[in-house]
Amino acid sequence: MALLEVRDLTIRYRTTAGEIRAVDAASLDVDAGEAVGLAGESGCGKTTLALAIPGLLPANAEVVSGSIRLDGRELIGLPESEMEKVRWREASVVFQGAMNALNPVRRVDEQIAEPIRIHEPGTSANEARARVAELLERVGIPAARGREYPHEFSGGMRQRVMIAMALACRPRLIIADEPVTALDVMVQAQILRLLKDLRAHLGLAMILISHDLSVIAETCDRAVVMYAGRTAESGDVRAIFRSPAHPYTQALIRAFPNVRRERTFVSGIPGYPPDLMSPLVGCPFVDRCTVGIERCRVETPALRRVGPAHEAACHLVGESAS
Amino acid sequence: MRIPRPGYLARKLAGVAATLFAVITFNFLLFRILPGDPIRLLARAGNLSPEAIDRLRQAFGLDQSLPVQYVLYLRNLATGELGTSLTYRRPVVQILAERMENTLILLAAATVIVVVLGVLFGVIAAARRGTRLDSGTVLTSLIFWSLPTFWVGLIFVFLLGVYFPAFPISGMTTPGATYATPFDAFWDVGRHLVLPTLTLALVDVGQFILITRSSLVDVLTEDYMLTAKAKGLSRRRVIWRHGVPNAMLPIVTATALYVSLIVGGTIQVETVFSYPGMGRLMYDAVLRRDYPVLEASFLLFAIVVIFANFASDLLYRVLDPRVRNA
Amino acid sequence: MTAVTFGAGGRLGRVGASFRANWSLLWADRLGRAGLLLLAIVFFAALLGPILLPFDPTAVGHSAADLLQPPSATAWLGTDEMGRQVIWETIAGARTSLVVGLVATAISMVVGTFIGLTAGYSRGTMGEGLMRVTDFFLVIPTLPLTIVLAALLGQSLGIIILVIGLTSWPATARIVRSQVLSLRERQFIVRIQSLGATDLRTVGIHILPNVLPLVFANTVLVIAGSILAEATLAFLGLGDPANVSWGTMLHFAFQSGAAGRGAWWYIIPPGLGIVVTVLAFTLVGHSLDRILNPRLRNR
Repeated sequence: MALLEVRDLTIRYRTTAGEIRAVDAASLDVDAGEAVGLAGESGCGKTTLALAIPGLLPANAEVVSGSIRLDGRELIGLPESEMEKVRWREASVVFQGAMNALNPVRRVDEQIAEPIRIHEPGTSANEARARVAELLERVGIPAARGREYPHEFSGGMRQRVMIAMALACRPRLIIADEPVTALDVMVQAQILRLLKDLRAHLGLAMILISHDLSVIAETCDRAVVMYAGRTAESGDVRAIFRSPAHPYTQALIRAFPNVRRERTFVSGIPGYPPDLMSPLVGCPFVDRCTVGIERCRVETPALRRVGPAHEAACHLVGESAS
Repeated sequence: MRIPRPGYLARKLAGVAATLFAVITFNFLLFRILPGDPIRLLARAGNLSPEAIDRLRQAFGLDQSLPVQYVLYLRNLATGELGTSLTYRRPVVQILAERMENTLILLAAATVIVVVLGVLFGVIAAARRGTRLDSGTVLTSLIFWSLPTFWVGLIFVFLLGVYFPAFPISGMTTPGATYATPFDAFWDVGRHLVLPTLTLALVDVGQFILITRSSLVDVLTEDYMLTAKAKGLSRRRVIWRHGVPNAMLPIVTATALYVSLIVGGTIQVETVFSYPGMGRLMYDAVLRRDYPVLEASFLLFAIVVIFANFASDLLYRVLDPRVRNA
Repeated sequence: MTAVTFGAGGRLGRVGASFRANWSLLWADRLGRAGLLLLAIVFFAALLGPILLPFDPTAVGHSAADLLQPPSATAWLGTDEMGRQVIWETIAGARTSLVVGLVATAISMVVGTFIGLTAGYSRGTMGEGLMRVTDFFLVIPTLPLTIVLAALLGQSLGIIILVIGLTSWPATARIVRSQVLSLRERQFIVRIQSLGATDLRTVGIHILPNVLPLVFANTVLVIAGSILAEATLAFLGLGDPANVSWGTMLHFAFQSGAAGRGAWWYIIPPGLGIVVTVLAFTLVGHSLDRILNPRLRNR
């Protein structure tokens, strides 16, 4: 049994203009100690899917159907008081752009210690302080800087603080939402390396959300590519990169310039994502797909096996026929 | 919490001094240029003979040129000489000193109520944004804001003076009362304070609720609020330990407006309830055209507001660690 | 559904189009609609009241028995301490209060907008200086200042209007100034200037229309404040004795001890008049502020 099992999750946002299908029958498995990357363009549902796990969706979001099991325990439908206990202890979050993700008027060490004091109430002040110092050192920040405020840190340092904070209660799973997007490339590399080291040391499982495939390629074991709220492709990271099966994944990979290959024009993907308010007919990618057939317009493709631990939702791949 | 560095403090004080100086000058010009010949004003008030008028003119230095008068004025201020009241025939400074204390008590009591209730209901309304409790609170606050303070006072006088005499409706102490213990004194003053304080607080609390609510609503959308929730903190803790401290910052900034309002409210409340403070003093001075008192009390009110602003500025710097002190 | 369009060449015509859009938004907002309805009632009463009421406005009481009488069939809202009809005074007071409120606000808005525009647009010492002056006046407490000014200058209606108008401009100037400051740096302004537009043209044709919506919302709230200010001044004895207003009514009520004597018909109508009118403008202004200020939209 995997650490995290998300099955057929469907999530809707209720807005004044209508209902938006943010996540549509998506599934995700994460084993203990494994790193899974969630890839896709903005609005594809990856953040919604991930934030649904610790129950952090906004008030107008509704989980229509599906299940989320963490360590065998069903999280959907848990009362808020129970959910509060799950948060941070079992699954914590590193948010995107720690610009504003830290409370600007409280010291960093207080903020890191806070979940410890809340989730492990027996901890003495000294113990908590020692743990905070250790966490800071572990992410490469001198413990003395814990007395400072968030605005006194650079972007990269703030992200490290967020990571230290995420580790505070020794969770089994960390959800990192675009953890390096707002940082410059050098700092990106450092942070990614840090995450890799921490995972190896602590045996953490991780869900890493990014629109940048190269980031996922570098840090994750498996990847799930999402499009319009649905899973387009999922599997071992190397398999996906070496032989992407879904046309969308192929286009995504083509869209990134490769240092080794010949210099070509970077090709974007023409067209726009489908309107998530109108009902889904056929494959959501059909309007932008270069190899679509008639069937793609009428029948929504299910995930088909393409290789060992490699699936794609496309009529043209995998076991042929039908 | 951070203590601002001494260099910053010195600069801020210099700014306050400059503003004070500007207000003093403004006050001087106001009372000498506007009425044309101030002596005519005084003469009207006192029914004086021409010789007496000339003597007054000399005494006030009004036979001198304006710049000379200005220097005299500053010198007098520096020595605490604020003139003599036309009605009470006593040094203005004395009268002000007596009344000032009473007004400050009233202001302090009202401010405590306004801040406590304002923040409490503002937070509740923001936390329950969109619900009927929220719209109800907003509407009630807007209604309170629209009430003229003096009218609320009149209604209270009427209701609690005529129909249900529960609290005294005038003065600060019961006339001719003697107190066995200090506690009795406090009790008497306290009872007299109830209505004026309530009246003063009622109108301003509406505004405070609205400011708090809108400030917190802004803060609720910030990223760190989601982080706090993600940490598994209860909603109450998220709002009070992460939201409110950040929401207080714009509220402290808005204090300037608040102080000006409450000063205006004090004048009205003291008038209606015959409370012996500076507001009532100003009202009486207007009625009897006691210009020395009017001038001095205006100056004093302005000084109160300036210092309140200064205090709130400092408070902001202490509360917000992001503001550089350099 | 943007309520205000910013952009190059913001002609007043574009403002007019968004005006219609905003009007429907205002009507849709519950509080805004309530405010508009209340306003309609107040204006209706003020304008048509004197025509519809069958009483002689100049009649004073003939005997002591006519003074401070509770409401009856002949005096719908009772009489005051001079035997005059309270209902007549209330309606007449509405007119005075509204006139003072509107004219004083007009003065305040013109002065405030002008200073705000100049302070925001001018660079260097002019802008700095004007800003300091504005900030200085913001520090001076309003009621004491109006009291002093009225006491020194006199008590005619014109003076009162002037005094209120000249003490409420700083708040407007501040708002206008900060808006102008943010607009000044925008791309389209820089472009227009590089094309050689004069300052006057830039301000008049491009900046002003983009500032007006905010000013308008603020105006409505200033009207509310001006009406309150007049009432307060009049109550404190600085009103125009020749013109009855709600404030003067309450002043005489207070002086004659009506409150202590339980003459509720003398105290409640003028006060209610003030509250209803000020509330009406406040509701409309509050709604307009939410509609026109994009930052506040989601509240």
